Amino acid sequence: MQCKQWVILAAALMTTWVSHSALASDEVVVYSARNEQLIKPLFDAYTKESGVEVKFITGKAGSLLQRLKAEGDNTPADLLITVDAGNLWQAANMGLLQPVSSAKLSEAIPAHLRDPDNQWYGLSVRARTIVYNTNKLNDSDLSTYEDLADPKWKGKLCLRTAKKVYNQSLVAMMIAEHGESQTEAIVKGWVANLATKPFSSDTKMMEAVAAGQCEVGIGNTYYFGRLEDKDPTIPLKLFWPNQQSSGVHVNISGGGVTKYASNVNGATALLEWLASDKAQNLFSDSNHEYPANAQIKPSAQVTAWGSFKGNQVNVAKAGELQVDAVKLMDRARYK
Amino acid sequence: MNRVARAISPVTRLFTQGWRLSALVISLAVLTPVMVIFWSLFSPDLAVWQHLKEHLLWELTANTFWLVLGTASGTLVLGVALAWLTAVCEFPGRKIFSWALLLPLAVPAYVTAFVMVGIFDFTGPLQSGMRSSGIEWALPEIRSLAGVTLVMVLAFYPYVYLIARNAFATQGKRALEAAQSLGYSPRAGFFKVALPMARPWIIGGVMLVIMETLADFGTVSVFNYDTFTTGIYKAWFDMFSLQAASQLASILVIFVFIIVLLEQQARARMRYTTVGKTAGKQERIPLKGWNSVAAVGFASTVMLLAFIIPMTQLLIWASDVVMDDLDSRYFDFLWHSLLLATMAALLVVTAAVILAVANRYYSDLTTRIMVRVATLGYALPGPVLAVGAFIPIAWFDNQLRDGLHAVFGYDGGLMLQGTIVTLLIALCIRFMAVGFSAVDGNLQRITHSIDESAHSLGSSGLTLLRRVHLPILRGGLFTAMTLVFVDVMKEMPITLMTRPFGWDTLAVRVFEMTAEGEWERAALPSVAIVLAGLIPIILMNRHAQH
Repeated sequence: MQCKQWVILAAALMTTWVSHSALASDEVVVYSARNEQLIKPLFDAYTKESGVEVKFITGKAGSLLQRLKAEGDNTPADLLITVDAGNLWQAANMGLLQPVSSAKLSEAIPAHLRDPDNQWYGLSVRARTIVYNTNKLNDSDLSTYEDLADPKWKGKLCLRTAKKVYNQSLVAMMIAEHGESQTEAIVKGWVANLATKPFSSDTKMMEAVAAGQCEVGIGNTYYFGRLEDKDPTIPLKLFWPNQQSSGVHVNISGGGVTKYASNVNGATALLEWLASDKAQNLFSDSNHEYPANAQIKPSAQVTAWGSFKGNQVNVAKAGELQVDAVKLMDRARYK
Repeated sequence: MNRVARAISPVTRLFTQGWRLSALVISLAVLTPVMVIFWSLFSPDLAVWQHLKEHLLWELTANTFWLVLGTASGTLVLGVALAWLTAVCEFPGRKIFSWALLLPLAVPAYVTAFVMVGIFDFTGPLQSGMRSSGIEWALPEIRSLAGVTLVMVLAFYPYVYLIARNAFATQGKRALEAAQSLGYSPRAGFFKVALPMARPWIIGGVMLVIMETLADFGTVSVFNYDTFTTGIYKAWFDMFSLQAASQLASILVIFVFIIVLLEQQARARMRYTTVGKTAGKQERIPLKGWNSVAAVGFASTVMLLAFIIPMTQLLIWASDVVMDDLDSRYFDFLWHSLLLATMAALLVVTAAVILAVANRYYSDLTTRIMVRVATLGYALPGPVLAVGAFIPIAWFDNQLRDGLHAVFGYDGGLMLQGTIVTLLIALCIRFMAVGFSAVDGNLQRITHSIDESAHSLGSSGLTLLRRVHLPILRGGLFTAMTLVFVDVMKEMPITLMTRPFGWDTLAVRVFEMTAEGEWERAALPSVAIVLAGLIPIILMNRHAQH
């Protein structure tokens, strides 16, 4: 290594150091588990509209929570965004968030999609529903999540791994509804009906349903939307289960203001803007999700999948019962 | 070693103490995150632990055992066989294979995994094609122990290959000559002389593979294959118990430390030093007829599976998204990746030289343990190491800020976390083992008689290092830098957690795409990672041939 190269390296190091200390005072700092391409367009739009800079960093929710915790009252973060209720519940539980009272937020976001203590708010809804192969089944063959545990589905069910939080939330909400022992029997029924080992992703699972490796599966609607984008003739269809009972399982992608935010007002304003009419479509449509604000219609493609009754139990339950759900699935040997 | 110690002057003794002190500082740096993890043992999460013990622990341990065993033996056989063929034998295309077989090093294992599952699973093009043309063969299930082992062997064999090839290239021929003079056939010469002589280096390579396998999360999760590390992830991310995750991680570290010590004890009983001068032009063993066809077929199959197929698939996917996704920000991603990888490589290799030299001057137990402790970071799953490194740095940073504020009324915010210092420290801790093993392997080849003759000519201390050791070590240093460079390019969890604002790298880009399962879109940054990783590999190879 030449001397000159060393100098360049040192200069590069110094630049990052210096650029760090030049903090603008009115900017909002966000830690986001929602990935960059789904969140940056919103921040750009917000900056354009309000003039407020948004600085953000993405990562896995669990790591971001530990980062917040370790940084303590010196954290640069003002706002935390995740892609599930479980981690928001956990953040509140760890004392990393603070309650925000905002008429705008409580008006825009339905009560079951936000924290009862106002520490976090859902911004978009992710529906986890049944998907089936149209060459093999009709709507009339299907009814509920629970029904998929029936032995008539033996060798016909595909599932994603139990290690994904979406399945953990689903089972947590089932525990809230049916209690542990009945839910465990249902999950054991699912496992007995599996056509093949659980898949690592919803996309892989849906592709297997479409290819006929199995006939039916449980997945998030936006993965279906992506497959539909790629191949409009794919022999797959969504089915809305539990319409006579609890409703379709929903989770949220949402956010909350951090406990030690240095810019509480800025963070609240950003959160309010994300829940506003203008931003809601931008937030949900980028990923074929549903707006959390019930007044706002989803995209045309998503609307075409039909309307459904969603589960009205507060999504905080999914966080509260997540550990129980994970243990239950381990006992049922759902991998 | 003691002979050397007795021969040195007081000045040199002070100097060697300096080495030892520096080695101590480095191993303490690595020990800090490990101790943070160990701290969990004092406040265990009994509820989660009880559950893990009852329902998962046994299965996870068994799964991990088979995976490690399979991957270690697979990389051993593949790496050593290919190294022997390219270093000692002669067959058509040998020169090309010699460097091409290193290329898979640049391909992240989770990428190979995703591509392989994509191709060979029920929904993949192979089985779909067979079904539509009416072929009713049942292919073996790719999402299985065999499948995940195969992918790991293909991804990790270059560690063994690279190190074994260097060993064979410098001593293989001479070993064979010795064997022949004892009346051995070439085959017996390989098994009875060359292989045992190269053993410490080969084992060093396999140790890297074992640690990498133990710490892997990306690859196994593509297969949904549960290991100790997926258990750690489950405890932390799904059951919200960093404590239980740390308890599991502590067991992992203790286990690895025991293997490392055992390996070192086994190595310490023998003295592996070769005659100083490296052989001139070697005469290779020409392979004839079927042997040569088999050699070409073998090497091509490995190349095809480990590099050509994954790379082709990646390029196809990347070309689908390149128009939409490739923008000017990729220059930043690339620049950040390169800068980070270069700085980490330089730091790690500097530290590795200090450790290796300390290890050479001092053969006492303390030094040996100290040096080995410094390599433990490689066995910890990335996020666990990241959090272990982050907590003490954040603590220090908080104290610093509060202190400055109290004394000078100056509030500069968190000073370390806003910079890449945290990230670099964590990366160095992680990849110390990679750098050390390459440097140490080469340093051990310098005989003590060289040291002694240098002493008799008045060279000692830094002069000895600069004028005698470093020139001989050059190849090893370059190998170490390349390995660390490529590993940092591929590294994801530590970069994700500890990077400063605006410091996105290519690997972070891969995360952004895969976080919501958009693997095909992740092809573009993956291709960039592979291409950038190829540069030092090709340079290293040029270097090795001169």
